[in-house]
Amino acid sequence: MKLLPSPLVCRDAVELVSDYLDGTLSRRQRRRLEKHLAQCDACTAYLDQMRSTIAASGRVGPEDLPSDVVEGLVNLYRRFRSDN
Amino acid sequence: MDDAELLESLLGGNESSFTELVRRYHSTLVKVARYYVASAASAEDVAQDTWIAVLKGIEKFEGRSSFKTWLLRICANRARTSGVREHRSIPVDANESGPSVAAHRFDQGGFWSEPPVPFTDAIDSRLDNATLLNSVRDAIEALDEPQQAVVTLRDVEGLSTQEVATLLGLSEANVRVILHRGRARVREIVEEAVKGKI
Repeated sequence: MKLLPSPLVCRDAVELVSDYLDGTLSRRQRRRLEKHLAQCDACTAYLDQMRSTIAASGRVGPEDLPSDVVEGLVNLYRRFRSDN
Repeated sequence: MDDAELLESLLGGNESSFTELVRRYHSTLVKVARYYVASAASAEDVAQDTWIAVLKGIEKFEGRSSFKTWLLRICANRARTSGVREHRSIPVDANESGPSVAAHRFDQGGFWSEPPVPFTDAIDSRLDNATLLNSVRDAIEALDEPQQAVVTLRDVEGLSTQEVATLLGLSEANVRVILHRGRARVREIVEEAVKGKI
């Protein structure tokens, strides 16, 4: 007789969310998580937040570099050009 | 302009193309370097050396990989060498064995006792998109290594898990664990920021 996997609790479900969003969970783990999500608003909210966070990370764009850092690197470029 | 166009223009001696590439990638180079070396100052030095190596090697760059991959590889190789020289040990995830969401937020049965603050709604209705982006940027800045390097390379720069693993000398399984914890931490910091604004 094949034992049915025990249902997930929220504490374990949140540990699967990142791999779920990256599509790297096994089929069995994915089904267990989806079954849990279908019944749990809080974990669904957690999943949505992780999704928003990851999407926002991809849109943050480059940081504003301090002007002295940019200046230093531009000077480095000029020195390189004049030496080569 | 995309990276390939900037590179083309840089080859023609256009200084502003160099400046634009610096603006795009310098902070990521510093984060990658920081993963390997002992101090912020060393990381800046490695990033600067990387740009010199780029200028020296640009004519030999054949475009077999993207410019970004090539640039990050140069940086990681230099940083690794500097780290070895400094006898720096590679950072491990201090929380690797702990839960990614604080234990007190669950009851004894493992169900939420303090569920997530629904920040998506809060952001849609009360905060603008720029606020979310700023919160996420600040949260990534606040991460410790190795989470900062992994989250930056995977989620900000969009590299694959395999590419991140190669650059940082980690297994893909390790990258996934560190990424999961880093993302959870970023979400938590953003949630805290949202909570303060509702």
